[in-house]
Amino acid sequence: MNEVAITIIDRQGVKHELQAPTDMNMNLMEVVRSYEIEPEGTVGICGGMAMCASCQCYVESSHELSTMSDEEEAMLSEAFHVKDNSRLGCQIPITEELEGLVIEMAPES
Amino acid sequence: MITTDILIIGAGPTGLFTVFEAGLLQLKCHLVDALPQPGGQLAELYPKKPIYDIPGYPEVLAGELVDNLMKQIEPFQPGFTLGERAETLERTEDDYFIVTTNKGTKHKSKVVAIAGGLGSFEPRKPEISGIEKFEDRGVSYMVKDPEQYRGKKVLIAGGGDSALDWSIFLSDIASEVHLVHRRNEFRGALDSVEKVQELKNKGKILLNTPAEVVEIKGGDSLESLVIHNHQTDLTKEVAVDAFIPLFGLSPKLGPLSDWGLEIEKNAIKVDHTLDYQTNIPGVYAIGDVNTYPGKLKLILCGFHEATLMCQSAYARIHPNKRYVMKYTTVGGVTGFDGSKKEAPKAVVKTID
Repeated sequence: MNEVAITIIDRQGVKHELQAPTDMNMNLMEVVRSYEIEPEGTVGICGGMAMCASCQCYVESSHELSTMSDEEEAMLSEAFHVKDNSRLGCQIPITEELEGLVIEMAPES
Repeated sequence: MITTDILIIGAGPTGLFTVFEAGLLQLKCHLVDALPQPGGQLAELYPKKPIYDIPGYPEVLAGELVDNLMKQIEPFQPGFTLGERAETLERTEDDYFIVTTNKGTKHKSKVVAIAGGLGSFEPRKPEISGIEKFEDRGVSYMVKDPEQYRGKKVLIAGGGDSALDWSIFLSDIASEVHLVHRRNEFRGALDSVEKVQELKNKGKILLNTPAEVVEIKGGDSLESLVIHNHQTDLTKEVAVDAFIPLFGLSPKLGPLSDWGLEIEKNAIKVDHTLDYQTNIPGVYAIGDVNTYPGKLKLILCGFHEATLMCQSAYARIHPNKRYVMKYTTVGGVTGFDGSKKEAPKAVVKTID
């Protein structure tokens, strides 16, 4: 099975339990878009360059994620609604380690 | 009043290439863009990033692609209204459109092509309650005229290039410059960061990090800001004349959504089977701003859409003329500036 089960809580608070492929070079922002969890045009505006923070999410489970790049950190330092567990979905590749991941989408800004 | 054949809203790659395709049909174009320079996202967001899926270019920097497009359309002498946002669309009795910008510039044309990408880039506003009340009464999201801050107490918030650069610049003009950023680290050109450090050491910039403006106070106009420092957990009130939050730009569809166009998924619905016309005849939407079944937001798709749109625009502008598409290799490119590019003629000569 080249899939992991992840849970995404959308901006309305609705929980989506879904399967994300680990073998398609996808990131978390793209998973959110492929399942149309948020209205089109409100997530991944910059296309995944860590330049807009529209895919900001809060990591609610205790998964060890890849460390933040300078670009991601810089963007988050400028973004709104940032918490300690904030990440940019576009900077998190879907890997086997994400099995059971729970994230919540940050509000649109 | 600026008059043209096709008024293009948005000077990104799709809007720019439209000028070329229209030019081949001898149609003149004028472009309106909220940003001060042409190129749209490519120039504003990622000029130094490479693009790999432009046909014929194994790799091209976004900024370079914009430069090339500007060069390609030069013979067709496009007009530009830059730094102004298209605000309203009206239809005249004789079937022309009038598009007016936020600064009151009016444009008249038979055809309007919306190539607005993700929308116009608007400053991102921090969520401080009541901040709207003080907009233009002490709060501004961009520095238009630095002189207006002469002798004033200014507080800049943000941690990127523009926050650094304006802090440096205004430290010579304003009586007091505060710089507040949520983190201790600043992201910007190295010499800007060093310069701010130097000015901070000299006491010319009053730095407060990691901190945030949490409250805004004043009567008719801004009087003071309350700043919370996350490290010390202390809150202090600073008397200021001006507050300039610089948190980057984010694209918004904005006034376009009030033009009576059919909108779906934050994009404009178009007739994808024919010419990318919207529900308003004579108004087209091309590039990232439109949507139709199977839509892909790619520059190369925008180029294609622009090309088909121009054919339809031609038929609308010249309903009684017959036209057959001509290859540039055959017909060359004749600019409105009198320039002519064409393929060199083959030599016909007998070989003895």
